[in-house]
Amino acid sequence: MIADLTRAERQWAMMILGALGIVGLAMAVAGRNDLLGIHGWIVLAAGLGGFIAFMRGKDAPEPSDDRLNEYYDAPTRLGIILTLLWGVVGMGAGLWVASLLAWPELTFDAAWASFGRLRPVHTSGVIFGFGGNALIATSFHVLQRTTRARLPDQISPWFVLLGYNLFCVIAASGYLMGLTQSKEYAEPEWYADIWLVVVWVVYFAIYMRTLARRKEPHIYVANWYYMAFILVVAILHIVNNLAVPVSFGSAKSYSLFSGVQDAMTQWWYGHNAVAFFLTAGFLGMMYYYLPKRAGRPIFSYRMSIISFWGITFMYMWAGSHHLHYTALPHWVQTLGMAFSVVLLVPSWASAGNALLTLNGAWHKVRDDAVLRFMALAAIFYGITTFEGSFMAIRAVNSLSHYTDWTIGHVHAGALGWVAMITFGSLYSIVPSMWKRPSLYSAKLVEVHFWLALSGTVVYVFAMWNSGVIQGLMWRTYTESGTLSYSFIDSLVAMHPYYIARAFGGLLFLLGALVALYNVVMTIRMPAPATEDAALDIPVQPALQAGE
Amino acid sequence: MPFDHDTVVGFSKSFGLFYLVTLSVIALAWTYWPSNKKGFDEAARLPVREEEDRPWR
Repeated sequence: MIADLTRAERQWAMMILGALGIVGLAMAVAGRNDLLGIHGWIVLAAGLGGFIAFMRGKDAPEPSDDRLNEYYDAPTRLGIILTLLWGVVGMGAGLWVASLLAWPELTFDAAWASFGRLRPVHTSGVIFGFGGNALIATSFHVLQRTTRARLPDQISPWFVLLGYNLFCVIAASGYLMGLTQSKEYAEPEWYADIWLVVVWVVYFAIYMRTLARRKEPHIYVANWYYMAFILVVAILHIVNNLAVPVSFGSAKSYSLFSGVQDAMTQWWYGHNAVAFFLTAGFLGMMYYYLPKRAGRPIFSYRMSIISFWGITFMYMWAGSHHLHYTALPHWVQTLGMAFSVVLLVPSWASAGNALLTLNGAWHKVRDDAVLRFMALAAIFYGITTFEGSFMAIRAVNSLSHYTDWTIGHVHAGALGWVAMITFGSLYSIVPSMWKRPSLYSAKLVEVHFWLALSGTVVYVFAMWNSGVIQGLMWRTYTESGTLSYSFIDSLVAMHPYYIARAFGGLLFLLGALVALYNVVMTIRMPAPATEDAALDIPVQPALQAGE
Repeated sequence: MPFDHDTVVGFSKSFGLFYLVTLSVIALAWTYWPSNKKGFDEAARLPVREEEDRPWR
């Protein structure tokens, strides 16, 4: 990595790392009587470690100009590995918290292993660790291929990737120590939030600078989705995290919002995190890798544009459906409900577009587990968006809200859509990224596919059953008008489903481990004798898995 | 103009409506403008074009 950088870039990197180390030291000193201090030491270690690595490698020869004839894929390669590692960590934490609900003693009387601290490790681990790294890695890949331009420099992609992972480490370690600002999916405290803004601005700048250098006149639709993801996540993150720290030596901060305004801001953020982090970015992935793998252009390019504007306009207004029957004004609830229902149009336009693209390529879906991952992702995207629009209707929400149905819905999206499209996309680029003729084992991709599908189905059905039973038990009254069931009655009824859910999660985690093993073994395979043989990515998937 | 509940509701119901309808009309018109079709068809083929995996210089 260091040898890729020019002399000037190495100097820049050392200045940035040195500054990072100084900031870490300042945090460690100012927060010496606070948990902030521990994070200071982590930041200092990251800055110092990087600085030392550069001191040792700074005298490597200047890279040749031949590099400018190639795309810059090294950050994508590391991003793929980090995606899979975070996947195992995040899904492992998920299995643990799922088991905690079935067997509460698994917390072992340790504060750090309590449900409230482990759960955000799971959610942030899979959304930001797994999903975020996948988005960064694939966006750099797609951006370069669709603009026919190399990334503008060799330092900002590393800054984004490594800086983002530093944020993820700070977030996860903070949760275990009990640091949270109690906003769902926005738990990290003020200093981590500021750092993420810096990283994110550089990320957006890479996108704009590469687009400015593009050789392809048209900006392919996948890039629009990726840009919407980057831009909107920045807006959401900044607004929802407006807060005042107790002092510069304290990790604790207080939000600028309170009461129902706080709730509305949080769920405007929360639902748009689903919309722009977990949907728009991954649609970008789908609109590039699915046609590529299927060897067929997208069914309707126009429909992909309509979907894009539909999603960007309408998702913004849907967040209030998280706050039905609360202090939020009734008309705001209705607004959120109406936009959620209309959202079905652009959502199904994308899902249908993906599936219609596969018309004429279904034999490939049958034979190639990599393409099958993507096809299944499109199906789950269709199912989940239909379910979501339906659940946002106030009357349906009165049954589903606060029950496991919501958890089932989220996981149909997260496992069935986000993780499947990610695994499919990663499998499709791993051989060319490491210049190997094929993946280590196509059989293991098949194994992973069936583990992932059965895990998702077991999980989602368990939560659907559990959620509906829970909702019904909470609204069943006796003749005298009192509740028929106590809360503990509903918990007892949930127990078998919680065990089934943990089992589904276990299957999914095993699949992720198989993926990590397969990718590591692919990297360790001997490189082909002539480089040219592996340089080209075939348009027809000649390297189909399963053949 | 007081910044109270009714004002915000009124603004949402008037400006908000026209803003979204106008943007939708612009997006739809641009997408279905006949002369744009050729460019879109070419763009759709971008991921599946057969050529070397390296930047153009």
